[in-house]
Amino acid sequence: MKPTSFWAAPILSVLFFGVFVGVWHFSTQQTLGEVTVDPEYAALIGAQAATGGQSAMPGPLDVGAKLWEHIRDPFYDRGTNDKGIGTQLIYSIGRVLIGFALAALVAIPLGFVIGMSPLIYKALDPFIQVLKPISPLAWMPLALYTIKDSDISAVFVIFICSLWPMLVNTAFGVASVRKDWLNVARTLEVSPLRTAFQVILPAAAPTIMTGMRISVGIAWLVIVAAEMLVGGTGIGYFVWNEWNNLSITNIISAILLIGLVGMMLDTMLAQLARAVTYKE
Amino acid sequence: MSLPNPFDPDVKLHRGGCSCGHHRNQAEHDQAHARDQREQQDRLVEGTVMRALFPRDAERRRFLKSVGAGTALAAISSIFPLGLAKEVFAETNGPLEKTKLSVGFIPITCATPIIMAHPLGYYSKYGLDVEVVKTAGWAVVRDKSLAKEYDAAHMLSPMPLAITIGAGSNPIPWTMPAVENINGQAITLAMKHKDKRDPADWKGFKFAVPFDYSMHNYLLRYYLAEHGLDPDRDVQIRAVPPPEMVANLRADNIDGFLAPDPVNQRAVYDGVGFIHLLSKEIWDGHPCCAFAASREFVTDMPNTYQALLKAILDATAYARKPENRKEIAAAIAPANYLNQPVTVVEQVLTGTFADGLGNIVRDPDRIDFDPFPYESFAIWILTQMKRWGQIDGDVDYANVAREVFLATDAARLMTEVGMEAPTDPVMAFSVMGKPFDPSKPEAYIESFPIRRT
Repeated sequence: MKPTSFWAAPILSVLFFGVFVGVWHFSTQQTLGEVTVDPEYAALIGAQAATGGQSAMPGPLDVGAKLWEHIRDPFYDRGTNDKGIGTQLIYSIGRVLIGFALAALVAIPLGFVIGMSPLIYKALDPFIQVLKPISPLAWMPLALYTIKDSDISAVFVIFICSLWPMLVNTAFGVASVRKDWLNVARTLEVSPLRTAFQVILPAAAPTIMTGMRISVGIAWLVIVAAEMLVGGTGIGYFVWNEWNNLSITNIISAILLIGLVGMMLDTMLAQLARAVTYKE
Repeated sequence: MSLPNPFDPDVKLHRGGCSCGHHRNQAEHDQAHARDQREQQDRLVEGTVMRALFPRDAERRRFLKSVGAGTALAAISSIFPLGLAKEVFAETNGPLEKTKLSVGFIPITCATPIIMAHPLGYYSKYGLDVEVVKTAGWAVVRDKSLAKEYDAAHMLSPMPLAITIGAGSNPIPWTMPAVENINGQAITLAMKHKDKRDPADWKGFKFAVPFDYSMHNYLLRYYLAEHGLDPDRDVQIRAVPPPEMVANLRADNIDGFLAPDPVNQRAVYDGVGFIHLLSKEIWDGHPCCAFAASREFVTDMPNTYQALLKAILDATAYARKPENRKEIAAAIAPANYLNQPVTVVEQVLTGTFADGLGNIVRDPDRIDFDPFPYESFAIWILTQMKRWGQIDGDVDYANVAREVFLATDAARLMTEVGMEAPTDPVMAFSVMGKPFDPSKPEAYIESFPIRRT
């Protein structure tokens, strides 16, 4: 294969982006006809209804302007229900990190135990298999009802959805540590605790990190939906509030930011994963 | 609390303690002070009652000596509600138990008094620091209220009844001291149905209402049934949160909805639907949304509850006046509250609106604000719950209505804020020309050919 230039991929990316935005721009261009109703009536209805415009989809320029507006002033506070998009993102990230950290605290030690003991693994497996596929949002009404606090309920939903990938991956990573290494440790009469920390943990770390990466991705997916359900604060609430206003421009800006934050979270964990990987 | 005299040698002004020196800190002092004040008030009430019962003091003393104070108190309490009198007296005088409150609302114009009281300063006028919290849906309002995250909330008027009798949730005594709005809903249909104005043509339609326990649901069902359609068999009625209604109408997912405003007007504004009829044409003066609080809040924090209710009633009185409606629309339209274009909210509140078919309609009664919770409203709602099978068995209509709709409180506080309150909590009315007699609810249900019981 011919080696390609370092710049080829970025240039292609920019090209794709340009084509995408161009198509978007021309396909949403309004066929703004003349106002077809009497002026008094037209004053009472939106431009959409007055001119009989077909597309309700905003173009890239509208979205860009809106996005700039949000980025320029991300932390404004105009009352309980109207805070800047930066503040909303911080609320959401906070919830995700708390739920995720709690899940890690439970899942990694538990996964370790399950991975090391085939008996416990078999005993707990049915529970894990039943609980794992439950949509985290299905827990929401139950959480609201029993915990009686919407903030903690949202964190709980993040906790429960982050739990399974970490648990399963940790157990798998621990269980599939190469038998040779364990045998060597046994011949050298290393204590079980030391085996766990100095042999199994480093060996399983890449798998554990993969589990954490999957978890944080799912958690970020779920928080938006959870906040749309409970309202209050967070980027999910922001989307819901703008849907209430049928403001597609705001929704698209929020979607872009959600994507960027998700990418950031993933990159951070990927960096961490690289740090614990080793070459055999 | 009076200020301590700094020249009094027994008064401590520094180093913790309280101003009189008998309590550990000022908070405890204030508490004791409030308790003393309450005791004094109680004595005052008792004294007044005794004076009224025994105009001559010698008689009173003879009576007390012959039966003993305890028996006398019990005997008098049995004929005169002494406890209640004390409570009523204390309620109007005592200090606020809690000033920082959280009140939930759904972003619709029905919540106008609850919302506007915030930007226009009615809560602070009564010494309250209220946070009005926008909520995503009716079920969430219910759950957050049950979880005590909200001290009081905007609810649909059937909800306090449903919560109290345990329909759709656990039975918990709930109250509704004020109606938020009367009228103010509409049936909106998708543009493609603009030639189908006769409900008889609506067989197979898919409709949306905001919640199962809502006036919207009962009014739509009533309207359809009066036109010979069975709302459970001939059409589909789904519960859809108001903001999603317009989006669903645009996506051709539903054919129409009976919804609170500004959703109807928003559908017109976006050119996706037209207003078929206003809910006032089904029942003029029907209640819709409510200001609701738990029975616990009402009894545990009587002063806070009254201050809050007064703020709402005061705001409602202001919202009643047509000349204030434009100002209110501008105050509640921003993102923090309704998050809608001002012109949409203004059309709803002023009643001069585009109907979506090219006409400008002028109907100043499109929405109105009359807070009095008539008990007959509650009875009507209960008959519809039973009619459509949401509740079964015997219902103690009059009793539930009296327990939940706090007409007495509303009347007293309405007078205090300068409104005119009706004297009779039961009012007869008719729905689509059919009179409703609140004293014969079962017969009313029986009179409908289309029903689930």
